[in-house]
Amino acid sequence: MNRAAKVAYGGFVVAAAIFAAMFVGALVMMAIGADVFRTYWVILTEPLQDLFGVTEILVRAIPLSLVALGIAIAFRSGILNIGAEGQMLMGILAYAATAIALPGLPKFILLPLSLLAGAAGGALWGGIAGFLKARLQVNEILSTVMLNYIAAQFYTFLLRGPLMDPGELVTGTGTPQTIRLPKGAWLDRLVEGTRLHAGLVIALALAVAVFFLLWRTTVGFRMRAAGAEAKAARYAGIGVERYLIIAMLLSGAFAGLAGAVEVAGVHRRAIEGISGGYGFTGIVVALFGGLHPAGIIPASAVFGLLLLGADMTQRSANVPANMVLVLQGAIILSIVAARQFMNNPYVQDKVTRRFAKWFGKRVPTVPEAAEAACPDPADVAGPCTAGEDGQGDGKNPAEGR
Amino acid sequence: MRPEPIRTLELRGITKRFPGVLACDGINLDVPEHSVLALVGENGAGKTTLMNILMGLYQPDEGSILLNGRDVKFRSPNDAFGHGIGMVHQHFMLVPNMTVVENIALGMKETHKTFGLDLKQVRRRILEISERHELPVQPDAFVWQLSVGEQQRVELVKTLCLGARFLILDEPTSELTPQETDELIVLLKKMSDELSIIFISHKLHEVKALSDTVSILRHGRMVFRGNTADHSSSDLAALMTGHEVNLPRNECGDGCGDVLLEIRDLRVRSDRGYMALDGVSLDVRAGEILGVAGVSGNGQRELADTLNGLRRAESGTVLLGGKQLLNRSPRDVIDSGMGYIPEDRNTEGIVPSFSIKENLVLKDFAAGTFSALSFLRLGTIRRNADNLKKRFDIRCPSTDTAAGSLSGGNIQKVILARELARGPKALVAVYPTRGLDMGAEEFIHNQLLERRREGVAILLISEELEEIMNLSDRIAVIYKGRILKIIPGGEATKKGLGMLMAGVMDE
Amino acid sequence: MVNFLTNILILGVPFSVALLLAGLGEMFNQRAGVFNLGCEGIMAMGAFLAFMPPYFLAGSMPAGMANLVGILVAMAAGALMGLVFALVTVTFRAPQGIAGIGLHMLGWGTAGTLFRHFVGGVTGVPGIQTLPIPFLSGIPFLGPVLFNHNPLVYLAFLLVPAAWYLLFKTPWGLKVRSVGTYPRAADTMGINVNRVRYQALALGGAMAGLAGAYLSLAQAKMFADDLVAGRGFIAVALVYFGRWHPVGILGGALLFSLAQSLQLSIQVAGIDFPYEFAVMLPYVLVIVVLALSGKSKMASPTDLGKPYNREQRV
Repeated sequence: MNRAAKVAYGGFVVAAAIFAAMFVGALVMMAIGADVFRTYWVILTEPLQDLFGVTEILVRAIPLSLVALGIAIAFRSGILNIGAEGQMLMGILAYAATAIALPGLPKFILLPLSLLAGAAGGALWGGIAGFLKARLQVNEILSTVMLNYIAAQFYTFLLRGPLMDPGELVTGTGTPQTIRLPKGAWLDRLVEGTRLHAGLVIALALAVAVFFLLWRTTVGFRMRAAGAEAKAARYAGIGVERYLIIAMLLSGAFAGLAGAVEVAGVHRRAIEGISGGYGFTGIVVALFGGLHPAGIIPASAVFGLLLLGADMTQRSANVPANMVLVLQGAIILSIVAARQFMNNPYVQDKVTRRFAKWFGKRVPTVPEAAEAACPDPADVAGPCTAGEDGQGDGKNPAEGR
Repeated sequence: MRPEPIRTLELRGITKRFPGVLACDGINLDVPEHSVLALVGENGAGKTTLMNILMGLYQPDEGSILLNGRDVKFRSPNDAFGHGIGMVHQHFMLVPNMTVVENIALGMKETHKTFGLDLKQVRRRILEISERHELPVQPDAFVWQLSVGEQQRVELVKTLCLGARFLILDEPTSELTPQETDELIVLLKKMSDELSIIFISHKLHEVKALSDTVSILRHGRMVFRGNTADHSSSDLAALMTGHEVNLPRNECGDGCGDVLLEIRDLRVRSDRGYMALDGVSLDVRAGEILGVAGVSGNGQRELADTLNGLRRAESGTVLLGGKQLLNRSPRDVIDSGMGYIPEDRNTEGIVPSFSIKENLVLKDFAAGTFSALSFLRLGTIRRNADNLKKRFDIRCPSTDTAAGSLSGGNIQKVILARELARGPKALVAVYPTRGLDMGAEEFIHNQLLERRREGVAILLISEELEEIMNLSDRIAVIYKGRILKIIPGGEATKKGLGMLMAGVMDE
Repeated sequence: MVNFLTNILILGVPFSVALLLAGLGEMFNQRAGVFNLGCEGIMAMGAFLAFMPPYFLAGSMPAGMANLVGILVAMAAGALMGLVFALVTVTFRAPQGIAGIGLHMLGWGTAGTLFRHFVGGVTGVPGIQTLPIPFLSGIPFLGPVLFNHNPLVYLAFLLVPAAWYLLFKTPWGLKVRSVGTYPRAADTMGINVNRVRYQALALGGAMAGLAGAYLSLAQAKMFADDLVAGRGFIAVALVYFGRWHPVGILGGALLFSLAQSLQLSIQVAGIDFPYEFAVMLPYVLVIVVLALSGKSKMASPTDLGKPYNREQRV
């Protein structure tokens, strides 16, 4: 396949995948008697009507991009981190507890310190799953999902107990939330009158950092090698287990930071329902962004739009906001299915020949050796195959998925 | 419901493409009744693909199959079974955690009743077949409990139970000892009175011993057809490879240096827990190739893994230049100057999705040459790759190409380039030419001999006697985790080695 | 004290049913080589769809009939979702872990969207009533523990030997086991690997749908967004724990349900223990169980998680 044909083919597959996902969403909308086109129109355009809408998209894109960057690190290292939701909550707790404990510190110390504490809280939670996977071959999907439920309970426990705003007890409303955090732990607002905050800068800077980490440093080289083919990495002297744990620590740290940044920039106190599905949406963003920072940043804006738009459909199209979950699920399924067409040289070859037949062109004769058919490494790399290693030897039933 | 007997079977113009490979290119083949046809060719010549098409596993892109002159279409193996065609695959097609009866019942659709399996009927059929053809099997054993030879018998019984009167055997001797091979050939000879057989092999003495006619495939094309008796083995070999076989040889003799790699009393358990290496001791001198011959599965994999820190030994010593390497991490072993060409090049030798240049520094990216302060030096990595690409004749459009998309020979060159460029003191090479064509094999053999001249201690593990005998200064025969005997390369004979590989020590 | 323990058992046995049904279904998926994490989402859909007929048709048909319709709809939808998963993972050979998360979100989101639109708030249904087995339910201790439940409980326990028979004694079970362990061998024996995987996923989906129906109709007698609360994921973990065997899965399901009823009993007994930690218990138990269960090579379907491609050369 030549380059132009390849791009056209890729574009066609992506378009088909998006169309398939929107079709599934449309089925659900039809089931509740909603106007499909109007709903999609609302979701995709309504948030873009004014500056406030745009800043709100970015407000959502900030935690999404951080979570997705972390998930990309894990996926690239061969581990599927479904636990961002729980890692965010632990990050929020660590951040809030630090800020509450040290209110007197000057901002230039307290802010970085408490954000780092947030990252550490997430790292701890991610690290548990990494450790369980590396040392005890516990399937990381199941362990991270369970850790999500555990974190949610722990979060509620602290917000209703030790970390609860004493004022709530006095007034008796009993809302589970912390006190308003000291100003020294806040991230500044970037645009007057909106909620857009300095977390945007952090997210962009970290996207660049992740790129350098994965593709320009020896640590990233090891992590990618371990994720792409664990056996070969081990044979080359890379401590695969150690890098699994490091990847999960990093991945958890990103999710924890996402939670901390969200509270520091938007809510300024820990309340319930902050993670609000960011953990799961982050998976979709990471996949949609091709597990690469350069793709994740725009992808997180797209999904920020989708999340905001879905909130609006409730009012303007009478479609419950849960609709966004339906779309995300459908997008995951269609993306992973489409990758088969994108990356598999066997399928590509077949499709090319089928096309050639339809258009009556001569089938290009294939050379005897495979050299001419070499696809780009990025294509073969199929980041979605992350986490599929380890079953090759069939030794660990717990790793199958 | 016996199918009509097959008098003639013809394949006409069969073409099959895989991405980047034309596996079969307009192949014609005729098989007469009650005879043995040998289908001969190098690895990758398209033999197995052709037979999988005949079995209905692959659909040909072009061409047709004619049975008794009539066109037939095989969409699945069921269609082939229905016409009495059966195949014993090179890798046994038996489900390890099911019993022999269950495995055979899987294919006997007539025993699939609505409310259960009629295992009694299956068992009766098995006993009937195994008696008639003198193929004893244990119907209730689990497949994983059986030895390779027993599994092969089960495969034969299975195929016959499914009503095959036209038998395809894909390299049936590849995992058997020479003695088991002889027995199988006698058995097949007897069976050919009742059956027609297609016998796939690249071992020419077996072809000579068993077949009536021979067809030779090369690069997906049929290049020769004739009566086996009319042609000598060397004629056939020349036809098979397309040129005079002229692999380099080790002209033994010139002085080997001191012992560089010293292995003493190595005891290692296999994955299943038995002693895979039971007191192995070997010395490899600088500038020496020590060949380890043996049927695969006798401890070779465990030996290579243990030497490279990938498997824990129970006890023993491994010294490289006097430094203890037993149970050290793979990293330590690599840093001590050990090179390794692993058995499975696609998953152990390279990271398939990584580019060629990344694979070429897979062991050294953290060294000062290729990184500074933990940052990769992309320029040096690229230059290194371009350099090695030229030196080792790696054929690829660019070194940014994913290594996994290369042909087997080129993948092996990437591995060889990486290992040799590091300037190893010792090198462990496991089946370094398995599945490669003659050109690549010649290149790799030359490289190994050149390193030998430079004073590298080389441990060559192989099951190809030819390769071992051509290259080794000394040959150690491994059998059931022990070294039976070490003989000088010049004194080894195929027959002698074959006896030793089967565990026979009668001299 | 004896009373306390009996109560835990009486409560625990019906709690195990949803896990057991979903776990048995997932067992067939995994035995056929497919790891379906979407189980959770299928259960959510099943729970919602089963809830609909009794909720809407309450007046127009007998409650039992409406329940039955609900169960059948839930199972049909579950089978359909199983087939969607098969399309993605078997035909398109997508990685199963991540696809399962996608299916989970799809099912969960769809159930939530439909629920918000059609129902809106928390509403109960009469649900499936207890059906004591005459005579047997009168046996002291055993009677109330085993024979005084709703019909789905009996059905679920009868499905354990049925699943065993199906898996180990029928031609279909033989095919399922072979395609999960060595699909290429099955293929050379003329078995359509992908078709068997489609069938197994449809069956597994239907069972997960039934498990969901049990949750909304028999256990909670209502529907809520988070009704399933991770039981689908726990069911997947149970299959590992139970070594891909119906009896092992039964044991695992009972272990979890007893832990859950123990937790409830502790709260009812008024022992001072933070509620949140009690709720965590089953989830912690899953992790512990996964970490401690040994890795057996022989029991597991060794090709679990790997798509089969006939033309991929080995």
